[in-house]
Amino acid sequence: MSLIVPTMAEMIAKGEKPEILFWVGCSGSFDDRAKKITKALVKILNKCEVKFAVLGAEESCTGDPAKRAGNEFTFQMQAMMNIQVLDGYEISKIVTACPHCFNTLKNEYPELGGNYEVIHHTQMIQELINQGKLTLEKGDTFKGKKITFHDPCYLGRANNVFEAPRSLIEKLDSELVEMKRCKTKGLCCGAGGAQMFKEAEKGDKEINIERTEEAVETKADIIATGCPFCNTMMTDGVKNLEKEGSVEVLDVAELIATAADL
Amino acid sequence: MISSILFTILLVGGLGFFGWNVMKIRSNINLGLDVNRTDNKKERWKTMTLVALGQKKMFTRPIPAILHLFIYAAFVITQIELIEIFIDGVTGSHRMFAESLGAFYTFIISFIEVLSLLALIATFVFLSRRNLIKVPRLVMSEMKGWPKVDANMILFMEVILVTCIFTMNGADEMMHIAETGESYGFTVSSFVGPLFFDGLSIETLHTIERIGWWGHIIMVFSFLNYLPYSKHLHILLSFPNTFYSNLEAQGKFTNMASVTKEVQLMMDPNADPYAAPPEGENTVPQMFGAKDVTDLTWKNLMDSYSCTECGRCTSSCPANITGKLLSPRKIMMDTRDRLVEVGDNKRKHGADYDDGKSLLGDYISEEELWACTSCNACVTECPVNIDPLSIIVDLRRYLVMEESKVPTELAGMLTNIENNGAPWQFSPSDRLNWANEE
Repeated sequence: MSLIVPTMAEMIAKGEKPEILFWVGCSGSFDDRAKKITKALVKILNKCEVKFAVLGAEESCTGDPAKRAGNEFTFQMQAMMNIQVLDGYEISKIVTACPHCFNTLKNEYPELGGNYEVIHHTQMIQELINQGKLTLEKGDTFKGKKITFHDPCYLGRANNVFEAPRSLIEKLDSELVEMKRCKTKGLCCGAGGAQMFKEAEKGDKEINIERTEEAVETKADIIATGCPFCNTMMTDGVKNLEKEGSVEVLDVAELIATAADL
Repeated sequence: MISSILFTILLVGGLGFFGWNVMKIRSNINLGLDVNRTDNKKERWKTMTLVALGQKKMFTRPIPAILHLFIYAAFVITQIELIEIFIDGVTGSHRMFAESLGAFYTFIISFIEVLSLLALIATFVFLSRRNLIKVPRLVMSEMKGWPKVDANMILFMEVILVTCIFTMNGADEMMHIAETGESYGFTVSSFVGPLFFDGLSIETLHTIERIGWWGHIIMVFSFLNYLPYSKHLHILLSFPNTFYSNLEAQGKFTNMASVTKEVQLMMDPNADPYAAPPEGENTVPQMFGAKDVTDLTWKNLMDSYSCTECGRCTSSCPANITGKLLSPRKIMMDTRDRLVEVGDNKRKHGADYDDGKSLLGDYISEEELWACTSCNACVTECPVNIDPLSIIVDLRRYLVMEESKVPTELAGMLTNIENNGAPWQFSPSDRLNWANEE
């Protein structure tokens, strides 16, 4: 099934307006693993006939890693350029699969003049299922499997979204198992605050290994996440522990797309 | 008569010295930059009631929470008895309210006694957690030296305080029985009295009772005046500190308005970069981020004084858990220690005095700052809503924007964002390639 991915420019040229803008993010656009998450979400949006658009080449980094790294100049340059583009297209609602983009667009753009309703993709998928637009025809794909959810810091603690991803996992014919540290007490994967782009400081362990060990302790078959960076960190952790054969790291959107037979 | 005068001197001196120290702390906190934390009063009262008064966040770790609750409740309720002790002290009366309150008085004092006993037990458990069991978060590297002495001193003072209360009430109980043939009927001292003070003469009992009474009140004033030098100040500051909490989403970092102005100028094609600033506008070059405590907000500084060094932040910090140098608790302790130093310097040598030291560098190293993942675990954990993350971020901002001290890989990431709108080196025109890839 080929994906239908209209850009804002194409929509406007046709005189149409999307209901919602899908903010893909740098990871979702360029990282090979994250692109699969992007496509899974698009499959869901296509299936539900959501009238969405992407910015394509007009999208640019939200500036999140620059801001967390202490470079407010680069952040605000990015933010203002993006706000000009978004406001130029009169965007009012945005969905994104990246909690870092989510947090920045939702919380840090308003003071620079960018006001949008921003939702995380797990919240949108939850809504689509609740409205009956999406049914999980192959919900039994995950029958008997144990799934644990790793809370992305910028989704959970930063913005109090804990239930949307869990409610989706609970819709699968599987068992949701919690790690020792979960929800508000969830342990970071190690990528936040621009750590993704540098080596960690000297210590006696990598954070992602600590977190992956905790996930593996639950005896889960699948580690579910809702963030492309967490996904990278946990996937690396699983490889490091040589558990690739028994533990899979998947985004909630991928779980749902599979369960919906997309 | 003499004892009334002595007591009054103790009262005035004790309160006066405490007041003087409070003013010092107040002026130190006011060295911070302004930030508005007076909006949304309703939410603020609610936060303070739940978090400070109700100790809501303590209960994520139930055992220390319950033990702490015993001491906290005993402390709060004992304040009622203190009123009587003050009146007795000044006027020379003995149990001023006993007669007029009757059975209710017996109930109140019994209640205080039971809580005091529970507090005493809790204090011993806390002493053993620090010195025998050695709970990891209580014995980390930043807890060596004064912080350890301070913590134990507080607990010892509590032991003395409670012992004095029972000495006083126990001896009084025996006197009361000897004089009237009846017991006061206070829950704990009606056992403590016969157990420790049986068969003593009225005179001896009176002396013991006085030792207890004076010992107690001297400890109260000592404790009060110890607070400003101790982490124990949290018993007072946790209230304003939670009232002035950050009510925004934790993920939101502050917007730097000074940067906004410059960026707007850069992006405005009609702006004249050489134009003179408009009349009345502040033309003093602004510093970006924080190098020293005076570059932080007053709330950051109040946070530092409110910290009771419990280490819940550090024990939940992913960097610290995996052996990195960063400890959010140390960030708070460093901020407080530096603030005390800066404040004392200013009072001693004048407001413009510069000792050549700063929070960044002399107290907190770059290695600590760069280990932070900004995950907000420390902020979430803190039982009195302290925000170590905002200090870390402001110090990072100074490093990056004022001194261009960025880890090499991050410098590359920043260049990529500036050049091609992504933290990696990809062409912006390839952003949509994924849509056509299999």
